Amino acid sequence: MTEMSEIAPPSWPARPPSAPPPVPTRVRIQGDTAADALAAGRRPSLAVESVFEVSDVSVFYGAKRALAGVSLRIPRSRITALIGPSGCGKSTFIRSLNRMNDSVPGFRLEGSVLYHGHDIYASKVDQVEVRRRIGMVFQKPNPFPKSIYDNVAWAPRNLGLRQGLDERVEQALRGAALWDEVKDRLKSSALGLSGGQQQRLCIARAIAIEPDVLLLDEPASALDPIATASIEELMHSLKGRFTIVIVTHNMQQAARVADGTAFFGLEAVGGKPTGTLIEYADTETIFGAPADPRTRDYVTGRFG
Amino acid sequence: MSESPFDPAAPLRPTGNLRRRRIVSHVAEYGSTAAAILAVGVLAIVVYTVLARGAGALSLDFLFKGEPDGIGPMLVGTAEIVAIGTLIAAPIGVLIAIYLTEFGGGRLSGFVRLTLDLINGLPSIIIGLFVFGLLVNHHKQSAVAAAVALAIIMLPIVARGIQEVLALVPDSMREASDALGVSRWRSVLTVILPSATGGILTATILAVARAAGETAPLILVDSVFDGKEVSLNPFEVVPNIPVKIFRLSEEANPEAITQAWGAGLVLLSFIMFAGLGARALLARSKARMAG
Amino acid sequence: MSTVARPIPQARPGSGSRGGDRRRSLDRFGDAALRAVCGGAAALAVLVLVVIGFQVVKGASPAISQFGLGFVTDAEWQPNFEVFGAGTVLYGTLISSFFALLIGGPIAIAIGLYLSLLAPKGVRGVISPLVEMLAAIPSVILGFWGLVVLAPYAQKHFEPWLHDTLGFIPLFGEPQTTGSSVFTASLILTIMIVPIVASISRDLFLAVPREVQDGASALGATRWEVIRGVVLPSTTSGVIAASLLGLGRALGEAIAVAQVIGAGSEISANLFKTGDTLAARIANQFPGAITEMHKASLFYLGAILLAIGLVSNLTAQWIGKRFDYRRAIAR
Repeated sequence: MTEMSEIAPPSWPARPPSAPPPVPTRVRIQGDTAADALAAGRRPSLAVESVFEVSDVSVFYGAKRALAGVSLRIPRSRITALIGPSGCGKSTFIRSLNRMNDSVPGFRLEGSVLYHGHDIYASKVDQVEVRRRIGMVFQKPNPFPKSIYDNVAWAPRNLGLRQGLDERVEQALRGAALWDEVKDRLKSSALGLSGGQQQRLCIARAIAIEPDVLLLDEPASALDPIATASIEELMHSLKGRFTIVIVTHNMQQAARVADGTAFFGLEAVGGKPTGTLIEYADTETIFGAPADPRTRDYVTGRFG
Repeated sequence: MSESPFDPAAPLRPTGNLRRRRIVSHVAEYGSTAAAILAVGVLAIVVYTVLARGAGALSLDFLFKGEPDGIGPMLVGTAEIVAIGTLIAAPIGVLIAIYLTEFGGGRLSGFVRLTLDLINGLPSIIIGLFVFGLLVNHHKQSAVAAAVALAIIMLPIVARGIQEVLALVPDSMREASDALGVSRWRSVLTVILPSATGGILTATILAVARAAGETAPLILVDSVFDGKEVSLNPFEVVPNIPVKIFRLSEEANPEAITQAWGAGLVLLSFIMFAGLGARALLARSKARMAG
Repeated sequence: MSTVARPIPQARPGSGSRGGDRRRSLDRFGDAALRAVCGGAAALAVLVLVVIGFQVVKGASPAISQFGLGFVTDAEWQPNFEVFGAGTVLYGTLISSFFALLIGGPIAIAIGLYLSLLAPKGVRGVISPLVEMLAAIPSVILGFWGLVVLAPYAQKHFEPWLHDTLGFIPLFGEPQTTGSSVFTASLILTIMIVPIVASISRDLFLAVPREVQDGASALGATRWEVIRGVVLPSTTSGVIAASLLGLGRALGEAIAVAQVIGAGSEISANLFKTGDTLAARIANQFPGAITEMHKASLFYLGAILLAIGLVSNLTAQWIGKRFDYRRAIAR
């Protein structure tokens, strides 16, 4: 359970939300001190604790193994990116973090996923509670066929958070950088929004209930470049409030936005190519001086 | 925004109002399950009753002799009526289905589909009134009249069923036929229809299963019989099972009741087996179409 | 789901000989003939529907000219005195069908939810066909079962219990001596409605996209909340259309109702009294009707039933086509 081999400790410092450089730099940036954090109104993180401790996790769909032996720690209040070619289990992995894979037939997980020290796959664990704390935004925007307001207000209503609902909806939409665009038409159907707006609505929906963690499964891959940029802007502003794990195919996006990056690739396990974690380190290292040749091939192959 | 309403590091037990919401969700799930069990339960009770009470009436005499011992003539009569009805409905249904898949696609075919749905939803007693007015009034009751009524009832089932199967035939097959310079009518008759045989059979069986049990139209057009002997003349009244059961159910004596259960058992068994057969055929032809 | 009509292929040039020419004209003739025959069959179907309507109205015309539209609400039905009115049976039809829909609708929707979202895959494959089998039971058998098994049971157990607990509502008045009543007829109609509405609802619920349901689950919502918040709202119109189709079935049921409703001739609020419906009265009285006016009046009942049935069915078709989830997305 405590075997963690060759994984960099998740103590890389947070990157400030300045304009993202086009190419990763090698300059190390100092992290927040507690005073800085308090002054900025954020939770101080003296010791950057881990939110998730994943140990030797393998995922099976029936007899087929989709993910093999993944171990890593995901730090609090940071953005961790999962990159790698298609079919290497990134989506499977992130969906295993909030038990969204449970509904897939034949799903089985070996190993352990600890969230704040609690095994989320233990038998007494309430799935719904897990998802309340660990929210998810999907690749394709999936707004409800309701009004914009009702989309955002739906989950808080379920949770009984009816006090100050209007406030809460506004804050969520502001947090998702959508408020100004929709504040005059909150009652109109969410399905009338553009793709990028719908995705920001889904983000607003997720943050309206103030989860602890936000999982984003390729949130910008179905969007045009302008919408993608707006989503990335969002990441920086959300980082202090939530722990974010984001799966992305777009390496520039990971380089711009993430504090730590995990590279998933295919490896032969039991004769079959299976998705697994190849390397995990802070973003500068992964993009600048990756340890594993496969990582280097992947990150350099796509750049330039 | 306000303080986080929960402590993320707490054990993953329900927080806030989740306990109550979980109970509500479980109640809803149990309710749905109960509803399904209720439906299956009612089916089981009805089938069991028919089986248990009808078995006692079954005997060779019952199946082959006529009134007052048995329902032989009624069985033959129903078979005859349904057969004639199928002979009328099936070809027309096939033609309509071909129209909808090969020549359709406009507003006209939408209209035809609507018509089929409306006929399907017509109360069968109305169809009985229609056939009465058409064929029986000023003449007499007959098996042909009954068959026409059943054919009308069967038509939408046959047409829709075959149309769905024809639509499953991949366009590539039609294109291949075109590319070989084969005319439309040839490809329909020699390629497309044969590949849909399973579906045509299934649709016909389902229609037969429905028609065999229809009583209301028969009450109006083919009900005055004594059932002592087999009667095959289609232009006369022909004894039949559904009307017999209906008549028996109006009598109060135990003999009649038992006979009614017996007849019901025979009818229900036929319908159930036809339904199962159709389902099996459908599964097999769908597999063949896909594979 | 029809394939788009393709142009009829031209015969290939250079298929050569005189035999080829003959074949080409035979092909053209064959294609045209097939089209004509198939089109004729389709036209025949439409013709049948129109002629049915026409015949029923024609058969009713003596009664229509005699009684006019007042027939629809007149409650007097005395064949011996040549006085006819549809009031009683119209009331019986509407009340038995609506009551059946009231009980059967929610049960059917619950079954639809179970078969689409809640049951394990294997169980679904077994229970779905069983529910559909319920619809395959012929009405004469179900009605007979209702008469011999359900009615006495209802009279001994259901009706007294309902009368005792809910007797302050006029609907649940004094039970009668036999179980033949509007109530029992409603129960039988419920059994007929449920499989129809349940099958259609099941298909509707299965069509709600997985992603939207996942989106709701990911927000920490319970199973029921996902159903209530996403699945049911996006299928409302379809479920209403399905219910109307079920209602149509109930409205038109003649035989089973005739067997259990007791052929009463009064309008009463008490569900436990006997009653009659449009379809059942036709089935009961037509074979024995001698006078022309009696027959014409029964035809008139048929015309009313046809009108109600068509309205219900057309409304269902209209609602079903106009609104569905995919359209909501496209909007």
